Amino acid sequence: MSPLTALLARGPGAPPLWRPAPRPGEASWLTDRRREATRWAEGHGFPTTKHEDWRYTRLDDLLEIPFEPAGPASSAAEVADEVAAEVAAGLGPHAGGPRLVFVNGHLVAERPEAAGPAPGAQVGSLARALEQTAWSERLQSLWAPARAGYDHAFRALNDALAADGAFIVVPAGCAVERPIELVFVSASGGPPVLASPRSVVLAGPESQVRVVEVYAGAGEGPVLTNAFTQVVVGPGASVSHYKVQAEGTSSFHLSSLEVRPAEASRFSSWLVALGGRVARHEVGVRLGAPGAAVSLDGLFLPAGSQHHDNPVRVDHMAANCTSHQLYKGIMADQASGVFNGHVVVHEGSLGTDAHQVNKNLLLSEHAQAYTRPRLEIFADDVACTHGAAVGHLDDDALFYLRSRGIPEARARALLVGGFAEEVLARLPAGPLEAYARALVRARLGAEEGSGRPSEAP
Amino acid sequence: MLRVDSLHAGVGGKEILSGLSFELPAGQVHAVMGPNGSGKSTLAHVLAGRGPYEVTGGQVSFEGADLLALSPEERAAAGLFLAFQHPVEIPGVANMYFLRTALNAVRRARGEDEVGPGEFLGLVEQKAAQVGLDRALLQRSVNEGFSGGEKKRNEVLQMAVLAPRLAILDETDSGLDIDALRVVAEGVNALRGPQRGFLVITHHQRLLDYVAPDAVHVLVGGRIVRSGGAELAPQLEANGYAGLLGPQAGGALAPLAS
Ligand SMILES: Nc1ncnc2c1ncn2[C@@H]1O[C@H](COP(=O)(O)OP(=O)(O)O)[C@@H](O)[C@H]1O
Ligand SMILES: [Mg+2]
Repeated sequence: MSPLTALLARGPGAPPLWRPAPRPGEASWLTDRRREATRWAEGHGFPTTKHEDWRYTRLDDLLEIPFEPAGPASSAAEVADEVAAEVAAGLGPHAGGPRLVFVNGHLVAERPEAAGPAPGAQVGSLARALEQTAWSERLQSLWAPARAGYDHAFRALNDALAADGAFIVVPAGCAVERPIELVFVSASGGPPVLASPRSVVLAGPESQVRVVEVYAGAGEGPVLTNAFTQVVVGPGASVSHYKVQAEGTSSFHLSSLEVRPAEASRFSSWLVALGGRVARHEVGVRLGAPGAAVSLDGLFLPAGSQHHDNPVRVDHMAANCTSHQLYKGIMADQASGVFNGHVVVHEGSLGTDAHQVNKNLLLSEHAQAYTRPRLEIFADDVACTHGAAVGHLDDDALFYLRSRGIPEARARALLVGGFAEEVLARLPAGPLEAYARALVRARLGAEEGSGRPSEAP
Repeated sequence: MLRVDSLHAGVGGKEILSGLSFELPAGQVHAVMGPNGSGKSTLAHVLAGRGPYEVTGGQVSFEGADLLALSPEERAAAGLFLAFQHPVEIPGVANMYFLRTALNAVRRARGEDEVGPGEFLGLVEQKAAQVGLDRALLQRSVNEGFSGGEKKRNEVLQMAVLAPRLAILDETDSGLDIDALRVVAEGVNALRGPQRGFLVITHHQRLLDYVAPDAVHVLVGGRIVRSGGAELAPQLEANGYAGLLGPQAGGALAPLAS
């Protein structure tokens, strides 16, 4: 059995996946794209470590598991509710912002803001949007035709299988005050489940919006979450994207965040990754219009035998754009972490300002870090830097703390927390920051109050 | 208070301290002077318990206890403090938080009550003002981006907050202007008392003009080659350490008339 058929192994009576049947009420373009995508995946197979972008991430275990695409009704609905409630508690009392809860990629709960997110703004289900002709036509351009190619088969599989996710539209000039919270629960009561959430954020010209994606796991069985989020940032708009990945350690998490910033727009993303057996979060940004600025930060903390992979690709294709990346990894036990950052400054992208930093801390002799910061420049008049480091806790710093009376375990926790702080400090203050800090603290065994040294006033 | 008895120590099989002995009674300030590379910092680090230095012989007792048997944090709890020649930068850990964690760790180890954030803020702000450390530096990461002088003031601040029984100052005066030098001296003098001792490692007599030592030890080649009173410092300043050497340079040390 080839790996692809292993993944796509179907129960008796299930429709053959390689020719997805039209869903009730589905637009014909979508059925076509889903079929094309399936064919593409079959033709290309799953990535292996021979692929440049997957060099350090083995999928052998994952491909042995006969995942079934999740249906709208989950066998683990109850436990999923519990996890969703936990996440909600972590995010703090509902502050009036909209919150959508998905289980295995299907919307199960919706808490719209009392008076709507903001005049004209829309926060809801992608499945519902696809049923409306006007939106369906608009969304068609986001399902790239297969002939354009996919980065890899998982992206194609999301195109083929995604049925729902969040759909966020912010009209021109509209500022959505409260962050929009998207909670994705991966849940399996036993049989392996494949979840394919897909979310779309359309931020109109001069609009402002913050989107939070939290991924959490529930249940005993393995889940493969194959998520895809697309963000279209309109001219002069400002979008912030926060992602907390806290899936269970028997789950696989593969996700892509694709960003299309328009002229003079701002986009920022933060990743805090804790969960998953194998977890990969891709970020791809194509700076195709002048004067846009993106900032991409990440903190990944694999422990045990977890593996975290962080591919980041930024294409500078227009003048005077800025990109910043700060990714930090803290690897404990036998865990491994990858940063695979690729910045390409294309011909003619004058005035590009691109900076990329990856730092990794290994907490054990068996932990591993792979870092590949790459910078390719085909334009003049650019300011670009990149740097990477892999190290252990600094003995001098450890001794300094101990010489002041701080016991060794506490001193280590302080230093590790301090290493994470550089990324955490870039999170805007608020409930999400507190939530992210609490999760990181719990992982690192650090204590409250250690963080946030501030700049001189 | 501190008794060092034919201490041998080194690193990676290389001996740096070769049978070093002296005694520091409570209530006294002793200066240690010596050329670069003579082992002054090694002595300080060995007393504070730093690796990779290994003690290969001799004893050190502190307040009657075997100092060398204690971990660095236990030494701190017992009242020992080292002001580092090269203070370490600790990114992401706020200076204020670090200071409070240190004070409370030491207090907890001694069975004393911890100091709450509010009370601590008052204490630390008062001490910071005394040592002339900009309050903004309390909110910044420990020593990160501090100037050389700010780092040294921060060491003196830590000493003032922790109020140790025995403070070892490793060239805390090096590279400081006269105002900062006074701060270091005042830091020592403010704590000076019958229950406390100071080991002041320095290159210059300058600091000793402000902190009158009870004794001066001259460390050369990992050994104390000369001990004397405060008057030894100006002689060293005038004649250099070479002046301690006899007519046959590089040979045995000639006794110094005192
Ligand atoms: N960690 C170390 N590894 C190897 N050699 C060291 C180490 N620390 C100190 N030394 C050596 O020991 C000698 C004494 O150093 P040090 O104690 O720093 O002298 P001082 O403080 O008097 O200038 C020097 O020759 C120095 O190179
Ligand atoms: Mg020295």
